[in-house]
Amino acid sequence: MEFFKKATSFPFMSTRKVWYGLSVVLMVVSIGSFFVRGLNFAVDFTGGVQVQASFPSAANIDAIRAGLAGAGFHEPQVQNLGSSRDAVIRLPAEAGQSGDAVRARVEGVLHAIDAQAEISSLEVVGPQVGDELRRGALVAIAATLALIFVYIAFRFHTWRLSVGAILAVLHDPILVLGAFSITYTSFDLPVVSAMLAVIGYSLNDTVVVFDRIRERFESSRRLDPVVALDQSINQTLSRTIMTKVVTLIVVVALYVLGGPALKGFSEALIIGIVAGTYSSIYISSAIALDCGLKAEHLLPVAIKKPVDDLP
Amino acid sequence: MEFPRWKYWLVLGVTLLALLFALPNFFGTDPGLQVARKNHLPMDDYARQGVEQSLKTAGAAWTASYLDEGKLVLRFASVPEQLKARDLVGDALSGEYISALTTSSRAPAWLRKAGLRPMPLGLDLRGGLYLLYQVDVNGAVAQLLESYDQSFRRTLSAANLPFIDVTTYTGPKSTVPNALRVALPEGSDVLAVRDALRKSNPDLTFDVDSLATGPALDMVLTPTQVKARQDYALQKNITTLRNRVNELGVSEPIVAQQGIDRINVQLPGIQNSAEVKDILGKVATLEFRLEDSQNNAIEAEQQGRAPLGSKLYKSQGRPVLLKRELIATGDQLTNATSSTGNEGPEVNITLNGQGGDAMLRTSSVNVGKRMAVVYIEKSRETRMVGGEKVTRDVTEEKVISLATIRSVLSNQFRITGLQSGEARDLALLMRAGSLSAPIFAVEERTIGPSLGQENILKGERALVIGMLAVFVFMALYYQRFGWVANAVLLANVVLLTALLTLLRATLSLPGIAGIILTVGIAVDANVLIYERIREELRNGVSPQASIRIGFEKAWSAIIDSNVTALIAGIVLWVVGRGAIRGFAVVLTLGIATSLFTSLLGSRALITLMYGGRRKVERLSIG
Repeated sequence: MEFFKKATSFPFMSTRKVWYGLSVVLMVVSIGSFFVRGLNFAVDFTGGVQVQASFPSAANIDAIRAGLAGAGFHEPQVQNLGSSRDAVIRLPAEAGQSGDAVRARVEGVLHAIDAQAEISSLEVVGPQVGDELRRGALVAIAATLALIFVYIAFRFHTWRLSVGAILAVLHDPILVLGAFSITYTSFDLPVVSAMLAVIGYSLNDTVVVFDRIRERFESSRRLDPVVALDQSINQTLSRTIMTKVVTLIVVVALYVLGGPALKGFSEALIIGIVAGTYSSIYISSAIALDCGLKAEHLLPVAIKKPVDDLP
Repeated sequence: MEFPRWKYWLVLGVTLLALLFALPNFFGTDPGLQVARKNHLPMDDYARQGVEQSLKTAGAAWTASYLDEGKLVLRFASVPEQLKARDLVGDALSGEYISALTTSSRAPAWLRKAGLRPMPLGLDLRGGLYLLYQVDVNGAVAQLLESYDQSFRRTLSAANLPFIDVTTYTGPKSTVPNALRVALPEGSDVLAVRDALRKSNPDLTFDVDSLATGPALDMVLTPTQVKARQDYALQKNITTLRNRVNELGVSEPIVAQQGIDRINVQLPGIQNSAEVKDILGKVATLEFRLEDSQNNAIEAEQQGRAPLGSKLYKSQGRPVLLKRELIATGDQLTNATSSTGNEGPEVNITLNGQGGDAMLRTSSVNVGKRMAVVYIEKSRETRMVGGEKVTRDVTEEKVISLATIRSVLSNQFRITGLQSGEARDLALLMRAGSLSAPIFAVEERTIGPSLGQENILKGERALVIGMLAVFVFMALYYQRFGWVANAVLLANVVLLTALLTLLRATLSLPGIAGIILTVGIAVDANVLIYERIREELRNGVSPQASIRIGFEKAWSAIIDSNVTALIAGIVLWVVGRGAIRGFAVVLTLGIATSLFTSLLGSRALITLMYGGRRKVERLSIG
C-alpha cells in the first residue's frame, strides 16, 4: 500500500499567500476568542475545589447545581464527566477552605439527591498555588521556544529558519488555545503538557523539511530557493503525513479509551498534531523564504571557496 | 550491507535485559497488607508465624505471604478480605504491630528475591491522599525569638540584673518580627547587662538604645541567622512529618521538599483524610512550668494582666498563674507512650539528659508545689473581615495537667488526667517530634481507590488498542518492513518500561499517556527510514543499496527531529511537577529508547532479512 505512489509536486511556495491568509484568520479567531471568551481554567490554575462524583444512575446535573447553591456554595459549576453517571463539580476558592469540610458539605448535597452517590476524588488547590502553576506553565512554554530557536539557529546556521520554525510552532499552541477557548473545554495542567509536547513534536516535521532543504542546496547550490523549498516539502510529504497518521491513531485511542482524566490532554494533542502538520508543510518554509533564505545561509563554510577552483 | 556482529549482540543483550527488568510490571497487583513492628525492628520468621497464627484463628484468609524489607506482606484475593485482615491486626495486635494497606505484586517469588520489583503506582492509579504543605518559615523565626526571650530572662534573673520587659519587634529592613528589645529601668548599667547577655549568647549582637522608660538593649537577627533558622525549620518539619507518617503506618509514603518553603506529602491508600491531616498538621508542643503560688490568680484575672514573671492560664475553667521560666519543653523528650494506669489514661514521658537534669533540679526544691503541663497548639485562622480575607495565627495554650509534685522527679514521669484518645494522640505527636514551624495545606487531593483502578484499566486498554491499531496499519502499509517496525515498537515499550522500573519512577496516568505517545513518536524514525528507502528505490537504486542509503540519509533528520522533542521533554521535566513531571520523564526517556531501537534494532532486523551476500530482487516495503 502506498498513498504517494507518484512523486508529488505541489506548488507550496507560489501559493503561500493563501496559506498565510488562512493562518492569519485562524490566529485572529483564536486570539480573539482567547481575549473575549477566555479559557475555562481548571482548579489547577484558579485555585478552588474540584469534586468528581459518581452516581448509580444518570446524574441530575441541574439538581446537583441547585443543591450546591442551596448549601451556600457560590457559583457551583457542574458538568458531566465522561459518562452520564459521572459528574465533576467545580467550586471557587474560599478563604480557609479545608478538604474535609468541603467533602462533608458536598456529600450532604449529593446524598440528598441520591443516597448512593459517591465522591471519587476531591481536590483543593489554594489560590497561591494556582498563580504559581500558571506562571510555571508560561515559563515552560517560553523556555521551550527559546531553546528551540537557539538549537535551530545553531544547527542550520541561519536565523531565517529559526524564525520560520518558531512562527510555525507558535501557530500550533495558539490554535490549541483557541480551540479550547471556543469550545470552553476545561484547561488544566495536562493540557499544558500536551501543548509542550505538541511544540516539540510539530517542530519535528519542520526540522525534517529543513534537513531536506539543506540537502537540496548541498546537491546544487544554484537552485532557486522557491524550487528547492517546494521540492523539499514534496519529497518529505509522504513521511510527514504518515508519521502524523500513526501518531493520531494512538492519540485517538487515548482520547476514546483513556477516560475523562485524559480527555483534555488527548484533545489538545489531536488539535496540536493536525495544526503542527499543517504549519510545517505550509508555513515554516514559506516564512524562511520571505526572510530571504538562500543557499549560502545554510552552507556558510562553502562560500569561502573561490569559484574558480571548480572544474 | 554491513552490520558489525557486536551490534547484534548489543541489541540482543539490551533487549533481553530489558525484558527481565520490565517483567515484574506485567503481573499486575492484588490488594495487600503490610504488617510492621511498632518499634521498627525488622520482622523475623518467628514474628511472622505469630501474626499469621492469630490472623488465621480470627478467620482471615490470604493468598500469599512473605517477608519483605523487614515487613510482613500479605496478599489477598479481594479488597473485603484485605480490609478484614487490617481490622484484625488493628484490634488484636495493635500493641506490637502496625499495619498499612498496600498493593502487592503478583510477580513470582524468584523475581522479588532477585530484587526485581514493579514500578510503584502513583496516587491517581491506586488512590490516596496528596497534600502540599506551606511551611510558615516566619513562624519559625518567631519561635527562635521566643526562645531567646526565655533565655534572656533566665540570664538576667540569674545575674540579679533587673529589667522591665523583653519584647519582640520588627527591626529595620524587615517585614516580619526579627528583633528583641530588653527594656531596663532608669539608671541601670546597660553595659553590664550587655556583657551578661553576650556571654550567654556569643553569636548575637546587642546595640544600646534609649527609651522613654530608660535605657534598652536591641538585638536584631542577621539575615543569615534568619535564613539558617528558616532552612532548619523546613528540614526539621520534613523529618517530623516523615516520623508522623511512619507512626500512622502508611506503605510507600512520600514526604519531600518542594520549592523553598513547601512540603509535598503523598500517602497511598489513605482515605480517612480528616484524621490523618489532623495528626500531620498539628503544631503541638508541651511545656512544663511551675505554678506561681505567691500571687493570686483570681486577682490577676480580674486585673486582666499577670504579675511580672508569670503568665495567666486557665485550667478547667479556673485561672492559674504559671511562672514564665520553663522547666522543660517537648523538644527535650526522648520517648512518650500512652497507657492506662490507676488514674485512667496516661502518657509516660522520658526526657533527655538536659531536660531530666532541669526536672530533677526544679522538682527537688519544689516538692509540695504544683507543676503544670501546658499543651500548646498553633493553627492559622482565615476569616472574612469587611469583605477581605484576613489570616491570623492562633495559639491555643491549654493546661492539660496541674498536679502537686509528690516526690523528686527525674527524667521519667507520667502525665495523667487525659482522655484515652487524647493520650494516644499526644504520645504519638510527642514521639514524632514537634513541627518547628506551623504548616498549612495549600493543596489537597484525594483519589478514591475505585477511580484509581478505573484509571489503570483505561490507560492499559488505550495503550493496547492503540498499539494494535498501529501494528495493523504499519503491516498493511509497509508489509515486512512494517513488521520490523512493529517488533521495534514493542521492544521500545519494553525498554522504556525497564528503564522506568530501574529508575524507580512512579507510574501515573500521564505517565501511561507518555508511553502511548512514545509509541507514536517511535514510529516516526522508522517511517523516515522507510520513506527514504522507497525514495531511493523509486530513483532506481538497487534494493540493498537503498537500505544502506535510506539509513544513512535518514540519520540526520532523525537526530534533529528528536533533539527538538527532547528539548520540550527536558523543559517539562525541569519546570513541571507531580504528574506533569511523570509525563516528561516518560517522554524524554521514550525518545532516547526509540533512538536506540529504531537506529540499531531495526537495522539489525533488516540486515538479518536482506543483508549478507544473498541477492535481493525486491524489498517487501509496500
